[in-house]
Amino acid sequence: MNLNATLIFQSIAFLLFVAFTWKYVWPPILKAMNERQSRIADGLAAAEKGARALQDASTKSEEALHAARAQAQDILAAANKQASQIVEQAKGTAQVEADRIVAKAHDDVAREVAHAREDLRKQVGELAVAGAAKILKREIDTKAHADVLNELATKI
Amino acid sequence: MAAEEGHHDTGSYVLHHLTNLRLDLQSMTILTANDPRNAGFWVLNLDSCIFSVLLGLIFAFVFWKVARKANAAHPTQTQNAIEMVVEFVQNQVHEIFPHANSLVAPLALTIFAWVFLMNFMDIVPVDWLPHAAGLAGVPYLKVVPSTDVNITFGLSLSVFVLMYIFNFKFKGVLGFGKEVLTHPFGPWLFPVNLVLRIVEDVAKPVSLALRLFGNLFAGELIFILIALMLGQAFNGIAGAILAGGGVLLQIGWAIFHILVITLQAFVFMVLTVVYLGAAAEAHADH
Repeated sequence: MNLNATLIFQSIAFLLFVAFTWKYVWPPILKAMNERQSRIADGLAAAEKGARALQDASTKSEEALHAARAQAQDILAAANKQASQIVEQAKGTAQVEADRIVAKAHDDVAREVAHAREDLRKQVGELAVAGAAKILKREIDTKAHADVLNELATKI
Repeated sequence: MAAEEGHHDTGSYVLHHLTNLRLDLQSMTILTANDPRNAGFWVLNLDSCIFSVLLGLIFAFVFWKVARKANAAHPTQTQNAIEMVVEFVQNQVHEIFPHANSLVAPLALTIFAWVFLMNFMDIVPVDWLPHAAGLAGVPYLKVVPSTDVNITFGLSLSVFVLMYIFNFKFKGVLGFGKEVLTHPFGPWLFPVNLVLRIVEDVAKPVSLALRLFGNLFAGELIFILIALMLGQAFNGIAGAILAGGGVLLQIGWAIFHILVITLQAFVFMVLTVVYLGAAAEAHADH
């Protein structure tokens, strides 16, 4: 129990161990720990930055997609409108052309009919005259019976 | 156990376990128990010195080996374990010692680890090492250095010296002198202040050393008494029952002591840092 030189020995040993720890043990361990700490902090910061960039990019892509969709809708609507316009226009043109062709055909037909009627009338008249002349020979005076003949021609 | 092997008297068994292996530095001879020179100052407790230095070397070697290859990216398991201790100590020091000083944390680590290892010898069954040494011809061996009051005072007096170095370093000679004479009752009561200060400062290393010594000495003594119970194992039915109880007590006390040795090492460390922090702290003037 009594104090002796062990005390001095222990004090010296203690100071030596403390000095050793101070110089050779503490600094490298602490350096490694601090380094790891900053490395982890850097990694977390980078991860956060990456996540933010990813979010930005996805927002941007979403926006681009929306814009593209809207544009496609516009283009489609315009194309539809234009197509129906073209169809309407073509329909109108075709109607006009058809009317024209029909009218022309009517005209042609009417003219032909008139022409044919005139021809027929003339021929019938001549035939009637020729027939009558043959039948009556001299009994009939062309001049005297001209009004009868004409009346006949108009009746035909 | 040893109680049956030559020490029939329980008193001498206990005493034997509590006697240091002493080397007289003047004649360089190993002293026997009843040599009057045992009481002299120039005597070395060889067992305490050897075990404390051995344990200190284990601490220094393990920590140094890890520190040398300390790696931020790929720590080994040992490094992780060491870092846990280091971080624990560093957090404690950060909380208690608010000043910038590179010595305090390594000092705290040394105290914590070394005192813990010295206390840990307490868990080693009390007869193993002394009995082995006895077979090798060494008469006495006390294996727990922190049950030697010289060892605990060696630590606490070193802390005491450091306290004064910090006092002078952080406050200067004049600042420290002023604090000693004027705190806490003002300049007119300087003799009272001085006496109070002396008592306060002396109490610190004494309490530090005696707390550790007392706890470990008492703990070791109880281990020795439990070993005495175990020694009765072949002494009839009563002895067998006693030994059975001793086994349970041994287990219980050993588990409890795992807590105690850690706690005592922690307390020693924390109080050291507290004392150094107080030494560095300039008191507010009244």
